[in-house]
Amino acid sequence: MMNDSLKITLENALTEKFPSVEFNYSADEPSVVLPAQEIHECIQFLKTNDALCFNYLTLLGAVHYPDRPNAELCMVYHLHSWKHNQRIRVKANLSIESPEIDSITDLFTGANWLERETYDFFGVKFNKHPNLKRILNEESMAYFPMLKEYHLEDETREDKDDRFFGRF
Amino acid sequence: MKVTNTNKTKTAPSFFDSKETIDGDIATINFGPTHPATHGIFQNILKVDGEKILSSEQTVGYIHRAFEKLAERRPYNQIAPITDRLNYCSSPINNMGWHMTVEKLIGAEIPKRVEYMRVIIMELARIADHLICNSVVGVDTGALTSFFYPFNQREKIYELYEEVCGARLTTNIGRIGGFERDFSPEFHAKLKSFLKTFPKEFEEFDSLLARNRIFMDRTKGAGPISSQRALDYSFSGPNLRATGIDYDIRAMKPYSSYEDFDFIIPVGVNGDTYDRFMVRQEEIRQSVRIIEQAYKNLPEGSFKGEVPDFYLPPKEDVYNNMEALIYHFKIVMGETEIPEGEIYHCVEGGNGELGFYLISDGGRSPYRLQFRRPCFIYYQAYPEMITGSSISDAVLTLSSMNIIAGELDA
Repeated sequence: MMNDSLKITLENALTEKFPSVEFNYSADEPSVVLPAQEIHECIQFLKTNDALCFNYLTLLGAVHYPDRPNAELCMVYHLHSWKHNQRIRVKANLSIESPEIDSITDLFTGANWLERETYDFFGVKFNKHPNLKRILNEESMAYFPMLKEYHLEDETREDKDDRFFGRF
Repeated sequence: MKVTNTNKTKTAPSFFDSKETIDGDIATINFGPTHPATHGIFQNILKVDGEKILSSEQTVGYIHRAFEKLAERRPYNQIAPITDRLNYCSSPINNMGWHMTVEKLIGAEIPKRVEYMRVIIMELARIADHLICNSVVGVDTGALTSFFYPFNQREKIYELYEEVCGARLTTNIGRIGGFERDFSPEFHAKLKSFLKTFPKEFEEFDSLLARNRIFMDRTKGAGPISSQRALDYSFSGPNLRATGIDYDIRAMKPYSSYEDFDFIIPVGVNGDTYDRFMVRQEEIRQSVRIIEQAYKNLPEGSFKGEVPDFYLPPKEDVYNNMEALIYHFKIVMGETEIPEGEIYHCVEGGNGELGFYLISDGGRSPYRLQFRRPCFIYYQAYPEMITGSSISDAVLTLSSMNIIAGELDA
């Protein structure tokens, strides 16, 4: 977990700039949840702020929660501050109806393919992305395969259902 | 590199005189997807003016196998074979990264002996990974000897894997909680002989290339990237360290008792092919040092931790012992209680930061599992690194970046 002084610095700096920010410390790394339209600004702030210095983009991706109305998709950005050796997750909830968020390719060049992958598998549209098209799947594909409604197995099979995976 | 044809007027029109390759005329070349020089299924559409590359566009995904989707329908212990097929040149690191991720989720206590055993296997895997990469760099500069010679030693590493898990390439080595068996006497004998013979043979391999004038002329300045650009692209592993940044997960956030060992993180200066080659060479030497330390101080104790909910009991116990039978049933039938949680765990893989982002909703399989595949992230920089250079340098850059199709396409 992060040390207390960094925690206070982070909380103060973020709440001052983004009043709607929520902090969550229940997982192994702290995470902050923000409205989607503030994500770009927040990541830019975390990257450029001298006291925080989250300078390295580790990973970004999406998670699909079909049961959460108007927040079915959750974007997760993993940032790493080498100065403090501290990781953080920045999250934004998106509605499945219009999953749109600003691209962060201008902040981290390496986000390019990760965003394309997220678009490819979840259908999240990244505004101002230089080349938003499918990357691992075929371009003619008409759906986004990582969404939970697409089952891995043949749907007519009855021998493998959710009960065998601990979900009822 | 410039080749001038001095006999131009005397010879008949050759391929090089054809209109396509005359300066100013731009030709489009498909480099890959199945080209011997790509060592894997990669496609690069190059726009070339003569030998000079003007632009490049990659196509990836030829061997996409939907690992993240597959993982959502598999129990935790059945995900280890998927990780084998990411970077298959060093699958033990992937396997153990996954096991450690699950152990972190369930909060398992792992004996010190297991951690040291893991370090030995992971460093052997790193040596095998770097050996393949560097010997292939040799091939792409035209030195076939340097390709075959290290395979002698790589074979010994694969024999060591066989002694531990029975497999060679896609190892599925270890279990959640430890190993399936302790190191056998044959393993000890083979590891001792490996530690004795490897450094000498490795230095012979090193002397074939490292100070070879032809090799140096060929690789210095080929496919360079600055440290700032490498950071922008989220590089990790030897390719990042070749640019001069000493970012290594083993030191930054030690896992599996790496803090117990004394080793150096080598860095380069220019981030070119030669620096990447030299960083990997030095990492191999450091890996040998780590193995020696871990093997010398290998603690006594059990080869597995106490995680009966995940670690299958020995078969004879299943038949004779009620408790073991129950655990066996629970694991096979998926009755194991799995905590809810969200974790990220990363290890220093052969190619860099190999991460596992795991979200558990208490189900038998992960709710979401995302792999951080270092290849996929740093391969983006490839066009930038080869633009302006020659096609032969593009081949070299590709092999020295150690792009592994399995890891790239997941």
